[in-house]
Amino acid sequence: MKRELPLFMTAVIGLFMIVSFFVPHQWVSVPADFLQASAIIVVAFGYVLGGANVLRVNLDAIGKRERDWPYKVVLLVSLIATVAIGAVEGRGFLNPGMKSRWIYDQLYAPMSATMFALLAFFIASAAFRAFRIRTVEAALLAVAALLVMLGRVPVGNLMTGFLPEWAQLGSVQDWIMNWPQNAAKRAILIGAALGVMATGLRVILGIERSFLGGED
Amino acid sequence: MGFWGFLEGLDRRWIFLTMGILVLVPLIWPIALPLMVTPPVRGFVEAIDALPEGSTVLMACDYDPGAIPELVPMTRTAFRHLLERDMKVVVTVLWNGGPGLVDGVLHEVAQEFPDKAYGVDYINLGYKSGNEAVMVLMGQGVANAFPRDYRGQDSRTYPIMQRVSDYSSFPLLVSLSAGYPGTKEWVQQVNTRFNLPMVAGVTAVSAPEYYPYLQSGQLGGLLGGMAGAAEYEKARNEADSATKGMDAQSLGHLFVALCIILGNLVQWSRSRRPGE
Repeated sequence: MKRELPLFMTAVIGLFMIVSFFVPHQWVSVPADFLQASAIIVVAFGYVLGGANVLRVNLDAIGKRERDWPYKVVLLVSLIATVAIGAVEGRGFLNPGMKSRWIYDQLYAPMSATMFALLAFFIASAAFRAFRIRTVEAALLAVAALLVMLGRVPVGNLMTGFLPEWAQLGSVQDWIMNWPQNAAKRAILIGAALGVMATGLRVILGIERSFLGGED
Repeated sequence: MGFWGFLEGLDRRWIFLTMGILVLVPLIWPIALPLMVTPPVRGFVEAIDALPEGSTVLMACDYDPGAIPELVPMTRTAFRHLLERDMKVVVTVLWNGGPGLVDGVLHEVAQEFPDKAYGVDYINLGYKSGNEAVMVLMGQGVANAFPRDYRGQDSRTYPIMQRVSDYSSFPLLVSLSAGYPGTKEWVQQVNTRFNLPMVAGVTAVSAPEYYPYLQSGQLGGLLGGMAGAAEYEKARNEADSATKGMDAQSLGHLFVALCIILGNLVQWSRSRRPGE
């Protein structure tokens, strides 16, 4: 029963949600809405579970003085302080003038943006040291990358402004994006969609059981 | 040690420094490189211009501070565009790191319009966890999915929400997204299922993913990265942060291209050396 009941519920609810996509009658749509709302609540609980997991894993690492444990202390202090301040401030904790808003504006937003901004430096370094053209395929990739990279920015058209319009980098970049890139992307999307459908069916039919966790 | 030998042993900190200078200098002293408005951006502008004045538009801002340089200029220009055309704007966020950022942008732009009031002309419904489930639930009622706005008030009490029931209340969805959940999910869950026309603004790195939707007409227009945001500003005769940032991005791209070429030339020269 421990495994059969979840598998049975998954199959019934999965099939019911597929039916609800095609049948708008209230006998179907009302329970489907309830299930959708329940899913949102379950996702919200996931955050609580995630927070508890972060606490457990990092407290354990600090207790054992594992490598980089002082960083884990910073993580936990930040986590607890942010949650505590938000809880004390209550509803509207992100309104202007609140301490939580200050944490968001002055700490979270700049640090998050900084992490992303560092990519520019690492991409330049990787381009110099790691992007090696050793095969025809790699050469095609490099040429396409160079054309799109320069064609996407104004400097590309400035460099090729003396050429006819169809040969300017902007037009070449447009052609690459609209035809070869689009064809490949569409194939990937269709393949991925078929994969998702197959996985969904496997879950509904009880063939795919990894979501239950534990031994199979 | 020749030129190629020097490049071979180049400390990567010189690359970091060069990139830093190339990005910083044009931000301080703009070069004002010429911009061209491309068809996907023109489609975005025309989709908004084609709406009847006074329509209520859904604007989904699904990003966090990592996407500030690309998506905040788009949000700013799109929100300004909508308010100038007397549209009512309902804003939602499905990324937990985004609500404060989006609220700041809305507040900043709204100050340019003293006659527009929060709750009457625009509303920020804030963040809701649940990704695609929230999108589908909004189809049964926007206030069901967002019973409270970003400020924690009952969303049903605002005048703007009297005009909003479900997706049928909106003639257009403006999706500004940096990844999952975002434009792709809005197309799959809402555009197709509820027949809601869409335009999108996305990060440059993810833009290729949306070209199939653009070509199929599921997206009426597409802003790709800072370049898309800058073109949008040009189309609207504005010169905001995206336009200023394009010079820096141009030089950055040029430098990365140079790094790819030089890196391969170094490799090529090494392979020609005897014994290598």
